[in-house]
Order: sequence, then structure tokens, then C-alpha cells
Amino acid sequence: MAKNMTVYLKIWRQPGPDQPGRMVDYTLQDVSPDMSFLEMLDVLNTQLIARGDEPVEFDSDCREGICGSCGMVINGIAHGPLKGVATCQLHMRSFDDGATIVIEPWRARSFPVIKDLVVDRSAFDRIIISGGYVTVKTGQAPDAHAIPVPRPDQEKAMDAAACIGCGACVAACPNASAALFTAAKISHLAYLPQGRVEARERALAMVRQMDAEGFGNCSNHGECEAVCPKEISISTIAKMRREYLKAVVLNPE
Amino acid sequence: MPVSCCDLWTTVGKKYLAAAAGLVFLVFVIVHLGGNLLLLLDNPNLYNSYSHHLVSLGPLLWFGEAVLLAFFLLHAVIGTLVYIRAREARPVGYHEIADAGKPSRKTLSSRTMIWSGIVILVFTILHLITFKFGEHYTVVVDGIEMRDFHTLVVEVFQKPGYVVWYLLAMVLLGLHLRHGFWSAFQSLGVNHPRYTPFIYGLGTGLAVLLAFGYIVIPIYVYFKY
Repeated sequence: MAKNMTVYLKIWRQPGPDQPGRMVDYTLQDVSPDMSFLEMLDVLNTQLIARGDEPVEFDSDCREGICGSCGMVINGIAHGPLKGVATCQLHMRSFDDGATIVIEPWRARSFPVIKDLVVDRSAFDRIIISGGYVTVKTGQAPDAHAIPVPRPDQEKAMDAAACIGCGACVAACPNASAALFTAAKISHLAYLPQGRVEARERALAMVRQMDAEGFGNCSNHGECEAVCPKEISISTIAKMRREYLKAVVLNPE
Repeated sequence: MPVSCCDLWTTVGKKYLAAAAGLVFLVFVIVHLGGNLLLLLDNPNLYNSYSHHLVSLGPLLWFGEAVLLAFFLLHAVIGTLVYIRAREARPVGYHEIADAGKPSRKTLSSRTMIWSGIVILVFTILHLITFKFGEHYTVVVDGIEMRDFHTLVVEVFQKPGYVVWYLLAMVLLGLHLRHGFWSAFQSLGVNHPRYTPFIYGLGTGLAVLLAFGYIVIPIYVYFKY
């Protein structure tokens, strides 16, 4: 078993939404390399609580990379140095013994800090509410083969549907753009027959809402794809632009 | 859901316009280089005849110039708005920023589009003042009196300071094209698993070739005359 490590943490501490924050240094000893990054923070928090200090606030839920709750910028990269994983699936073995680890919240005007590393991502919820759904009668699940979907379209729709809405794309984007998130949702539904019916309204409404939330303008840096825990391709952004172009130019009603 | 022209002024719509204008300029930059390469030939009248033909187009040329001017302004305005919006969208920055690496397309080129763009804007204005609205020499070729651009070019490219500034601007033009070319396709919704890597590579190739082509001319003229 690998020997335990010491890490030097620099963590953004901010007591509340409108209060000033600052980077605070912590030294954490005896960290197992097999710990997940969040478990390492749990250990830190246990020590802080024992000392009577405020624990570091951060979001997490499933801790298996599928819920999209966790997320922090670690050493300047959203979700840290490991490709294709959320922060919860990052383990301390990705860091060297004695490493300095800088931990910051997602930074965007549309993601205001609530406390420490927790940001308000309800802007994403409002983008979904604006059009990220299909209007269908609920009830019994239809037969899986009731509406045939070509295999390539299934694959593209599923690739886009893998988005967990964590917000790393916004955090990593030099422009703080939400294009990848919005594009993933628009593409996921646009590739499926059930989603085609409302594709035009969806593209218009979701882009308008994305802009109204104050996210930046995508300029194709592609940094979002590189940090996405689900490795969603920026080809979805091109798909969003095709859908939007159809809605605005080719088919204005 | 009704659509208005405001829907072309969203973050997605602006990218179509910027991309279309950018591609128009790419065509212009290629054609302009083609004409300028005549300066490398020994007969100065070839270059003069070429520019005389262009000027003789009259209203057609004015129309072309008006289109170019409109697209230039549109491109510059959108570029500036994208930059300002990005600044506003992240009022508090990071203490540490690192590059996430592949498959990111973030490069020095993509990060400096606003700055390379501003230099190209300033360069273009000065370029028009120096040449189009510059000293009016005349020459007679085959009995036709025409403007002697060749003499003006040679005169201007004898100034080392101007040559250095020209070279710098052309390097930045290449830098701008390196991200701009593939980005225009992506902005227009053109993305394909097989062709996009090719377009990305082609953009780099075009950027290097065009910058090189434009750089050769002042250096050649400076040392030849």
C-alpha cells in the first residue's frame, strides 16, 4: 500500500453570498492516496469541527460521478487534473506527496457563491425550464421499440444526454459561457423523434434564456469539452447552432 | 414563437455574423495577397496595370469596398461585444488557471483574438491612409496614364520602422486566422468527426502561408531597392 501523504491546501473561504472571501491555507497530514478528493475534504472538515472552526462548505451527493452536485476548480482546472471525471471520482493518488492544492469555486456572474465552494447553479434550472423537455402524456412507459430511432441518432442523443449539469463547462470557459450545457440539452432532444416536434421552440427559448442569465458568448475555445466529466463534445454546440439557425433563419414563423 | 431580427443578435446569432464576415475577409486576404505577389516580379508595370484594372471597375469596386467596410465594422463590433460580455460574465477571476489540455482548442491564438483583431483594425486604417489615400504618383503604361502604386510601395518599404510594423501586423493576422478559420466553421454549425480536424489543420496551414506570403513582400522590396 502506498504511503500516506501530506498536502498543503489553499481553499477559497467565503462566509456568505455578499461577504468578502479569501484564500486560506491548511496543512493536512496522513492523507491516504486511496481517498477520494471529497473524502480528503471530509477529513479536513472533521479536523476543523474538532477545533471548533467552520467546516469548508462544498456540494456533493452521489459521489459516483452521476449526479452533477460536486465540482470545484482544483489547481486551475475544473474537476481537477483527471480527464472525464467529476471531483468525487478524483483520488488523492493523482497528487504528489507534499503537493500544494488550490481549491476554488466555479467563477461566473451567473453562478454566485453561496458559501465557500458552493455556488448557486439555478441559472441552469431556468434554462431547462425554458425548453429542455418534451411535452408528452405521462403514465405508463411506452414500449421501447414503439418509435424506432436509427442507431447513430441514438448514440448522439445518449452522448449529449450524459450531461449531468455540473457547470464545469462554465467554470472552465474563458468567457464563462454556458454554450456546452445548453447545447447538450438541445442536441439530446433534437436527435430524437420525440424531441423534434418542439425543436424549434426549444432552440429559441433555451438560447434566449441562456443569454438572459448573463453567461458569456462562446468563442470556440473548446476548454469546456476538455474538463467535462462526461466528455461531451463541442460538436453539440455546432448542433445547437444548426438548430438555432433553422429556427431563426430557415423557418421563421 | 415569433422570431425577430434580435434573435440574430444573441450569443449564438452573433457568431454566425462574425463567422460569415470573417470568411469574407479570408477570401479578400487571399485575393489581395495574389495581387501583391506581382510586386515580386521584375516588371513594375505588371503591378501598376493590375491595380489600374481594379480601379477601372468603378461602381463594382465601390460596391465591393462598401461590402468589405460593412463586414469589417460588423466583425469588429461583435468581437468587441464578445470580449466585453466575457469580462462581465466573470467579475471575480481565479487565483490559479491552468490549461485542461486536449481536446481543448484554447491556444494563444484563441485567447488573443481581441488584441490581434485590434492591431489588424489599426493596421488596416493606417494601410489605407498610406496606400489608397497616399501619395499620388503617375506612370504611363502602353499609352495609358495610371497611378504608380509600385513607386509608392517601394518608397514606403524603404523605411525600416514601417517594415517592422508591417511584419508584426502580418504575424498577428496569421495568429488571428489560426483560431478564426476553424472557429468560423464551428460558429456556422459545421462540425464533423472526420472533417473538423482537417479544417483545424487547414486553418493553421492557411494562417502560416498567408502570413508568410505577406511578410516576404516588404522584406524583398526592402532589400531589392
